[in-house]
Amino acid sequence: MEEIIISTLQRTMIAGTPLLLATTGEIICERSGILNLGVEGVMAVGAVVAFIVTLTTGQPWLGVLAAMVAGMTISIIHAFASITLQANQVVSGLALTMLGLGLSGMLGKSYVGKPLTIKMNDFAIPYLSDIPYIGKILFFQSPFFYLAIFLALAAWFLLERTRLGIQIRATGENPKATETQGVNVFLIRYLSVLIGGGFSALAGAHLSISYSKSWIEGMTAGRGWIAIALTIFALWNPGRAIWAAFLFGGIFVVQYLMQPLGISPNFLSMLPYIATLLILLLISLKDPKKLNAPAMLAAPYNRGER
Amino acid sequence: MIKITTSDRYNITPLRSLMTNVFSLAAGLLVVSMIFLVAGVNPFYAISEIFLGSFGSFYGLKETLTKAIPLILIGAGLTLAFRAKFWNIGAEGQLLMGAIFSTWTGLTFGESLPPYLIVPLMFLSGFIGGALWGIIPAILKIKYSINEVISTLMLNYICADFLTMLIVGPWKGNTRFGFPGTNNLPESAILGVIPGSRIHYSTLILAIICAIILCVVVYKTRFGYETRVVGENPDAGKYAGINFLKTSLIIMAISGGLAGFAGVGEIAGIHHYLGYPASISSGYGFTAIIVAWLAKLNPLYAIISGIFFAGILVGGDAIQISLGLPAATVEIVNGTLLIFLIMGDYFLNNTLNIRFSTK
Amino acid sequence: MRDICKSFHGIHANRDINLHVKSGEILGLLGENGAGKTTLMNILYGLYQPDSGQIKINGSPIRISNPVESITHGIGMVHQHFMLIQNHSVLENIALGYKDTPFFFPKVKLRKRVEEFSKQFDFKMDLDQRVWQLSAGEQQRIEIIKALLNGADLLILDEPTSVLTPVEIKELISILRQMKAEGHMIIFISHKLDEIMDICDRVTVLQKGQIVGHADTADTDKKALARMMVGRDVVFNIDKEKLTPGKRILSVQDIHVTGDKGMPAVKGISFELFENEIFGIAGVAGNGQRELAEAITGIRKINSGSVWMNGKDITNKSPRHIYDNGVSHVPEERIRFGIAPGLFLYDNAILKQHHLKKFSKRYFLKYSQVKNHTKTIISDFKVATHSINNQIRNLSGGNIQKLILGREISEQPRLLVASHPTYGLDVGATQFLREHLLELRKQGSSVLLFSEDLEEIFALCDRVAVIFAGEFMGILNSDDKRLSDIGLMMAGSKESVSI
Repeated sequence: MEEIIISTLQRTMIAGTPLLLATTGEIICERSGILNLGVEGVMAVGAVVAFIVTLTTGQPWLGVLAAMVAGMTISIIHAFASITLQANQVVSGLALTMLGLGLSGMLGKSYVGKPLTIKMNDFAIPYLSDIPYIGKILFFQSPFFYLAIFLALAAWFLLERTRLGIQIRATGENPKATETQGVNVFLIRYLSVLIGGGFSALAGAHLSISYSKSWIEGMTAGRGWIAIALTIFALWNPGRAIWAAFLFGGIFVVQYLMQPLGISPNFLSMLPYIATLLILLLISLKDPKKLNAPAMLAAPYNRGER
Repeated sequence: MIKITTSDRYNITPLRSLMTNVFSLAAGLLVVSMIFLVAGVNPFYAISEIFLGSFGSFYGLKETLTKAIPLILIGAGLTLAFRAKFWNIGAEGQLLMGAIFSTWTGLTFGESLPPYLIVPLMFLSGFIGGALWGIIPAILKIKYSINEVISTLMLNYICADFLTMLIVGPWKGNTRFGFPGTNNLPESAILGVIPGSRIHYSTLILAIICAIILCVVVYKTRFGYETRVVGENPDAGKYAGINFLKTSLIIMAISGGLAGFAGVGEIAGIHHYLGYPASISSGYGFTAIIVAWLAKLNPLYAIISGIFFAGILVGGDAIQISLGLPAATVEIVNGTLLIFLIMGDYFLNNTLNIRFSTK
Repeated sequence: MRDICKSFHGIHANRDINLHVKSGEILGLLGENGAGKTTLMNILYGLYQPDSGQIKINGSPIRISNPVESITHGIGMVHQHFMLIQNHSVLENIALGYKDTPFFFPKVKLRKRVEEFSKQFDFKMDLDQRVWQLSAGEQQRIEIIKALLNGADLLILDEPTSVLTPVEIKELISILRQMKAEGHMIIFISHKLDEIMDICDRVTVLQKGQIVGHADTADTDKKALARMMVGRDVVFNIDKEKLTPGKRILSVQDIHVTGDKGMPAVKGISFELFENEIFGIAGVAGNGQRELAEAITGIRKINSGSVWMNGKDITNKSPRHIYDNGVSHVPEERIRFGIAPGLFLYDNAILKQHHLKKFSKRYFLKYSQVKNHTKTIISDFKVATHSINNQIRNLSGGNIQKLILGREISEQPRLLVASHPTYGLDVGATQFLREHLLELRKQGSSVLLFSEDLEEIFALCDRVAVIFAGEFMGILNSDDKRLSDIGLMMAGSKESVSI
């Protein structure tokens, strides 16, 4: 019984890792005022690039780096369309998703089914991992797990405790006022979108070289979309995102647990999505003040005069 | 020094609009072919395969028309929703709901009713199913400010899971090649096809009629007028006395309902039973978004746009076979074309002023 | 600033402006709305670039291409509409605007500095409160602190008292005096004569983009300034026929309306309108006119009081209901409320009328009717467009206004609420419009005219009310001698007024 609990929690941590990475990135992006619906596509690109580079060079960290670069590069498209061209951000993001999914499918075609022999080993933090129960769950994990938590905390720090963070948040709330304070709104937004893209790609890299150590088309399985919902759920706060991501990771893992109990697996797999809606509903009922979203989210900013 | 500024364009003529679209598509295809080049595929061969595969043979044409049916239906519905700036990403789910409702109708009453009764009944129930699934996000948005992108998306997943739950559980029927599904629909519930093809013509006709009707609605009725005003400027809508709630509900009911029709068509016309979600709709709900955008949100143009993108889907299948490219390749084309359409919009609405100055 | 010129879309906002400020001096910049004061200061602050002219500090010419540069040069600005992030805390807002905010832990490091600074000026502020929780006066103080922290020698204040309570105004004045004593330069933009006389050492008056006069406040008085600001000795011109007012059409009783920012905008206004009359409401924009008009026409909620139209209670009814009762509205914010920009002309021509039997039959719109109607409006009101199939946003502002007016007037309303209807129109259109208003009056309707243009008020109105800070300063008949004081009343002076 104990074993089951421990392994469930372990798997929860694993399941939540990509969610946390992608959500953190999207939070930064949205706080600057840009809605990026392309997370799913960028994640896929990150996954395939990480896999290919790792397989070819034998260096997993190189793969991770390459994935990040790829993710940021492809996100420029959305940034350009949304910020410079002030196009409709919903449609632009969807286009990015399609493009990302397609590119990753095409690039990864010849790598389907190839196993990854170089592994990114889980590592144990000394001493801490010897703590009974918790040790194995929290401190004996894939590097991505530690990275995800670190980045989430770093993002929180960036947003709340640095000057850049104030600027990013201000841009999302009131770009006009921010511009009059001498801040380059366009630059901040580009930066935020790119960071978001990089993180989403990291999430994808986790999937392909740490989680499943293989590549198949469609392996992102909607996680990108869930990350977008988690952004709202976490109220655009990277610290909350940690709880949110692992909570949802748990919901995913719990599906497998509950199956033997006779509950329909399909019903269980609905849970994350129903949960999202319910939580949004609850938040809205409690605080009708627009769910705390950055005030100017998804509104194009025109620098024009008058 | 070169100084580039932009200014609003004042004279947007239909011709300019059309030409911009054509250029955007051409530019998009150019970029797509370059992507293919990078991936080691001969771009000309790939592009020509796509178009030959879909329009260059009878078989291709038939398949294209078959795939165009749901795209036209959903695309037309989306033009209405998008005009009101209601971003309905949930057409997939609405389609599946339509499939579910109509399957139930078909299986329950199909034995005892003649075709001319059961078929309209199935379409009606499919419409209701899709409409219901479309109204939910509308209510969530108006009453609870829940972003419709998220809610429609979540409902997609929920519906897909619900469907799977039905076909492995209470509705379980024959198994085909190990895949679960319901029993086959009774004879009378099956839609006729044009001989030698899979084109279930009743739905095709329905799609075209719906597109035409919707076009009339958008441009000639009070409701269409109100939709257009609300999408353009909600404040002006308030000033003009338009009732938001009522308008939004009707819009989403129609958009969802049309997607429901598409679902009925896929079940009663092609598969004849309810199976896994992925087997019923291969992303029609998403592709339809581009269909609507290309159609410049005009329901009538959705017919042409739908056929065009159906061609791309079919061509995508063709390449998958002949070049061994994965099916997702088609998504590259879709995504790139959409991006270029968006960029084209920008050049449509703004003129570029290039000044050479010696400062 | 020397010879500053600036145009927008061919309209001169500033022309040949020359002004200078000395340290330890408060210069007032006086003028009506649209006179060009804000534009000029935005140039100084670096938000706009002048088409020609120069700016000099201490004798040497400088270029200011953006706010950061002006801050470096020691210029700070407190805008009329605060440039604050409502959701953020006071400290965060200051950190955003301060040029030397440290990268790490800005809030912690700035806190001390800000607190020391505030003590200097005796500002008491909770640095962690969210801006939206603060009063207007407190928010303004944040703006001032930001400017001072950045080392501003010259402080520009744009209509600073427009959102303040009397107590807050007193506090602001003492702050400004303290800054003056310390050698700062202050430019104080206002349309309120009392304040200008009270606070400023010198005054420059702008009208329609040009300077019409300078004065030392010690050597002049409010009457002289009012005359300069408005441009003439107020003369009442009757070139319309006298009509006896008919039945009572509209009755507004003690209504209170809240503005966008949660502050009361209309504080207990009552009046009545009769057939065959044009009732003018004079006042500088921003004193509650917009909210009053919106309340009467159903776009804004009335908190207390009531509005009756032809004996029926229309308080807080829907805009359509009110429209159906015979009230037409030409809104102050034309683009925001008056049109759907991307739609065609003929679509916009029936924006409020599309539900009428005339234009719609059951579910369909009778487009042939609509188009004829549009053509009539276009020709009657001389809307310049090459076709009715044009998107309305392609029209110039003036022509859009003409269409809106045509639309609202053509249905022969019982009451037309017109908010600044001739703002931005050329002479011909203005004349034409006024004739139509008079015509409407002659036919037995009533017109409620909001205007800043005194010439217009005098030419058209039978009775005039002056609105200031959400209240009526007085309701005068056209033959009342106190009319010449109207400039004073618009600027807030309550003397010689009795209702």
